[in-house]
Amino acid sequence: MQFETMSEFITMDGHGLYVWLSYGIGVSIIVGNLVLPLFKRKELMKSLARRLRRENNTQ
Amino acid sequence: MAGSSWLPRWFFQLASPRWCYDITGKLLPGFFVAAILLVVAGVVWALAFAPPDYQQGNSFRIMYLHVPSAILAQSCYMLMAVAGAVGLIWKIKVADMVAYACAPIGASIAVMALATGAIWGKPTWGSWWVWDARLTSMLILLFLYMGVMALYAAMDNESMAAKAASVLSLVGLVNIPIIKYSVEWWNTLHQPATFTLTEKPAMPIEMWLPLLVMVIGFYCFFSVSLMLRLRNEIIRRERRSGWVRELIASK
Repeated sequence: MQFETMSEFITMDGHGLYVWLSYGIGVSIIVGNLVLPLFKRKELMKSLARRLRRENNTQ
Repeated sequence: MAGSSWLPRWFFQLASPRWCYDITGKLLPGFFVAAILLVVAGVVWALAFAPPDYQQGNSFRIMYLHVPSAILAQSCYMLMAVAGAVGLIWKIKVADMVAYACAPIGASIAVMALATGAIWGKPTWGSWWVWDARLTSMLILLFLYMGVMALYAAMDNESMAAKAASVLSLVGLVNIPIIKYSVEWWNTLHQPATFTLTEKPAMPIEMWLPLLVMVIGFYCFFSVSLMLRLRNEIIRRERRSGWVRELIASK
């Protein structure tokens, strides 16, 4: 561990804002790239299932 | 095509959407676990345990996001262009889908590289942005990704859109060596490459190891995101085929 106290870890010798802003952006882009396709899959499966049911009913 | 034996069998299996859907389904959990473990370990290591740089202090910790995202944005572009070329030459639908799935991931990773670079530039160079060769060519990479995405969005005909997007991404491939050698060809503010596997690293091992973990973690994350998007696209385009109907009915 390079930091003695929690506040030292957060301020990063005055570079805290830059470091934490970068990591905030980085982590949200990573999480977004994993969560968005999963949501899209759910939606896609729902709409395709609805279409399939409709087709089965009309036959 | 079956007569041309100089291409291995897996190449043609890759052309089958169903085979691709099944194999990515098997690969996903492993890559997902690896991506989470490596990225989380890498981030903790980078933030708390890597030693501070003697010149830049703690702002250099941004490097652990900046360098892997910049590497990945370029690798993703090359994959997109190669997949597009395979789609153009052999008319393989799955290759088109891979290229289509690459574009939004690559664009967001390029945004990450540019944003972390700008934030790192402020305390280091005193400026968020300079029109330096490396930064400008990286911005062009983002615009190329956006151009490819715009082409897919603008065309209703999927095979026409794939053709146009592949041609654009192949033309844009010329930008990749420009990004790589920009720090050597022009006098730039940007420092030369910090991460190589072939030469002795320019930084101490305890700084370099977390970077290696992050780079591998980013590649794992990319493959997970790519497989998720590819599977969605396979289901969407193959929705009329029997096996997708069965898959949906079984849910």
